[in-house]
This record gives sequence, structure tokens and C-alpha cells, in this order.
Amino acid sequence: MTRKRDETGPDKDGVDRRGFLECMTWAGSGVLWTVAGGAPLGVGLIHALAEQPALSPFSFLQISDSHVGFDKPANPNALATLREAVERIKALPVPPSFMIHTGDISHLSKDKEFDDAEQLIRDAGVPVFYVPGEHDLLDEGQGRAYLNRFGRGSRGAGWYSFDSNGVHFVGLVNVVNLRAGGLGNLGSDQLDWLRKDVAGLASSTPIVVFAHIPLWSIYPEWGWGTADAAQALGHLARFGSVTVLNGHIHQVMQKVEGRVAFHTARSTAFPQPAPGAASSPGPLKVPAGELRRYLGVASIDFVQGSEALAIIDRPLSG
Amino acid sequence: MVGCLAVSRRLRFARRLALLGLAFAAFWPALASAQQAHAVPLPREVIVTIDNFSFNPPELTVPPGTVVTWVNRDDIPHTVVAAGKSFRSRALDTDDRFSITFASVGDFVYFCSLHPHMTGTVKVRGAAEAPAAASRATGPAP
Repeated sequence: MTRKRDETGPDKDGVDRRGFLECMTWAGSGVLWTVAGGAPLGVGLIHALAEQPALSPFSFLQISDSHVGFDKPANPNALATLREAVERIKALPVPPSFMIHTGDISHLSKDKEFDDAEQLIRDAGVPVFYVPGEHDLLDEGQGRAYLNRFGRGSRGAGWYSFDSNGVHFVGLVNVVNLRAGGLGNLGSDQLDWLRKDVAGLASSTPIVVFAHIPLWSIYPEWGWGTADAAQALGHLARFGSVTVLNGHIHQVMQKVEGRVAFHTARSTAFPQPAPGAASSPGPLKVPAGELRRYLGVASIDFVQGSEALAIIDRPLSG
Repeated sequence: MVGCLAVSRRLRFARRLALLGLAFAAFWPALASAQQAHAVPLPREVIVTIDNFSFNPPELTVPPGTVVTWVNRDDIPHTVVAAGKSFRSRALDTDDRFSITFASVGDFVYFCSLHPHMTGTVKVRGAAEAPAAASRATGPAP
């Protein structure tokens, strides 16, 4: 259980990077999870910290499911916990180059909720790239308010891509045109766009895809998956390093499948139960004083040259 | 045709009238039965509750003219959206309600657009109530 990092480190051939991802979760238990060769290895905190790579010049941060406007017993003040998350981001020793927000910015798509969230997140002082969650499309225009505010330069329902430090980032929207009984949905227009978007890229280009609903089937009974995700991942199959970052399920889950690493982030508002652990995915009420152990953000480091990518989930406390 | 309607004061008034009528009937059965022959049937209201990310009851069979009202009892918002797009509620927060009158026969499959694994069906069956009855409850004020 305590294999040394050099035994599981990145391959040198530049293509097969089964060990490219080092995924670490800082949770209340003080255990880091290292994902290498597709299998997570539990590593003692001190041991892992000693082996942490030198700080990368390039890191970004994921924030998700802020649900500003939520005021129910699971968290009577979602704006306050978002503020705490932003304060923790501002206190990071090395500020991230930018943030991505993987949706459910607001709870009910109200102008005030969007205003409050946007102003608070802007206070972190770094650029923010948004994709919508289903809670951001509840205005009368079914997403018009989101697009007017956050969708500048995007296509369709708000999808886009950009490049940063040699990494190609793709923001996808899988929360529109959902069908009865169905899962998250990207749709053929977006899939066509994705295929063309990555067509000219070298296969060695690291890809980061972010979208609200998980692009892997976590628990279809609760709608935790995306119906046409396999087609999207098919367009990315030739790339040596693909990292998929999602929200929606308000808890950390991760999986490595071939060259694709999947990761979901905590919410800054309220936790949800583990798949199937409750009768519904409704907000999880945790004992008073423990809420902040279930909320948090994720920071992602690229270690240039070694092709390594490290995701660190940071709870608000614990 | 399916029309949207906020549960109207008139409907509540109609329900109160019905209760009065029942009380009246207990004491003057003969008179009540004479009245019944001429009474205009009142529109029926059926409640579907939303609990724990499910519609209860998930399937409903009602006569034409029935008002179906959904009540969200979860602490997360839900919507009520017809799969055939004939109706769509706004986001219903905790204790919010949404009502529609099902005027014509047919099967209406609906779901929550936020959590599409939540589905339900309203089956409208049987002889139509007098059209006047439906319009009394849902139509414009005279």
C-alpha cells in the first residue's frame, strides 16, 4: 500500500501515460489517494507529502455547485460557505492561473443569485471559466440568463474550448434538452463541434474536459451519468492524457480508465449521499459542525515535462 | 387542450360550497337529492406530492376536467414538464404548487427537467364532464 512514487511514475514514451495522474484527496482522515496505473493507492499523509513534486508553475482550480440561494437545513447559508471557499482560494500559497466552475452556480437561476455568486467568485482575483448546471437554466428563457451573463464567446448552450500552457481545455454542457427518464445529454450538435474542435490537435496534447453532470456512469438510478458521454470520449480516444472534471454529485469520486482520469468535485453548498446510500439524492444533513468537512474545492497542478497532473481536493475544514 | 391555472380562489370557494352542500344534505336529504339532479358537477382536484425525488402517485387516472396539482415537499426544487411539451411548470421550490386542468382524454407522461429520472403519468379517461363545469372552474371571470 505504500509503493514509492518512482515505481508508479509516468512512462517516458510520451504516449502511454497510465501513471500520468497523481490524484490526491485531502480529507478529514488525512489520507492522500494516489492514482497510478488505474488503481488508487492509499498513501500515508506524511510519506506522500514528502514525495510531492516541486510546485508547478501552472495550476488551476475547480469550484462547483455553489447553489447560491439555497437556504434549507442542510446549509442555511450557501453564500457564506462559498465565501469561505473563496477565502481559502485567496490564501493558497501559489494562486491558481484560473478557475473553472462546473455548474449549479445558482440554486434557482435568479438574477440576485447569479449576481451574488459572480461578485463573490470574482473576489478570488483570477479568471473564471463557467459551464452551466441544470439549476442555472431555470429562468424563463431556459438558460438565456446564464448565456447573457457567462456565455460570451461560447457556442450553442454555452460550450467552448481554450488553450492554456499547452493544455487544451473543453467546457461542455450536458444539462439541456434532458428527456424523461434520461441522463445528462450532450447532443449531436455539441458532439460534432467537439470532434472538429480537437481534430487539429497533436495526440500528445493534454486534454481537460469539464462539464456539470459526470461524463461517466456513476449511478444512473439517480441520473448520475451522461447518455452520450461515450461518443464524446470516443473523439478523445487518441489523446495520451485526458482528464474529465465534473460536479453535480456534491462529493469526490474518481476513476481512471485507460488514459482517461475522471474526477468529481465537492460542492461549496451542501453534500449529497453516496450513490444508493439514501432513498434519494436529496441534500445530506450532517451533524452540526461537520458540514465544512463535506464542502470544498479542488486544485489541479500540471507538472511540466513529466506530464503529471495532480488533483488536490481541499475541504473547507478538516 | 391543457391549460395552466393557479389554484383559484373560485375553486376554493367552490370546494367550500360543496362542503356546505354536504352539511345541508345530512339534514335535508330530500331537498338535497332534488338539488343534485340540477347540480353542476364540480371539477375534481387531485394532488400529486413530490417527496424524496419521486411523484406520488406516479400514475394517475382521472376523468376529463380534473385539476391536477403538484406540491413539492422536497427541500430541493423540482419541475413538472410534459414529455410532449404540452405543459411546463416553473421551478417549484419547497411547498410551491403547480396546477393544470386536464380537459381532454389522453396519456400525459411528465418528468422533472432537473432530475429526469423522476417521471410520472396522468391518464385522462372516461366520459367528459359537462364542458360548462370545467369552464366554471378555470375560465375567465364572468
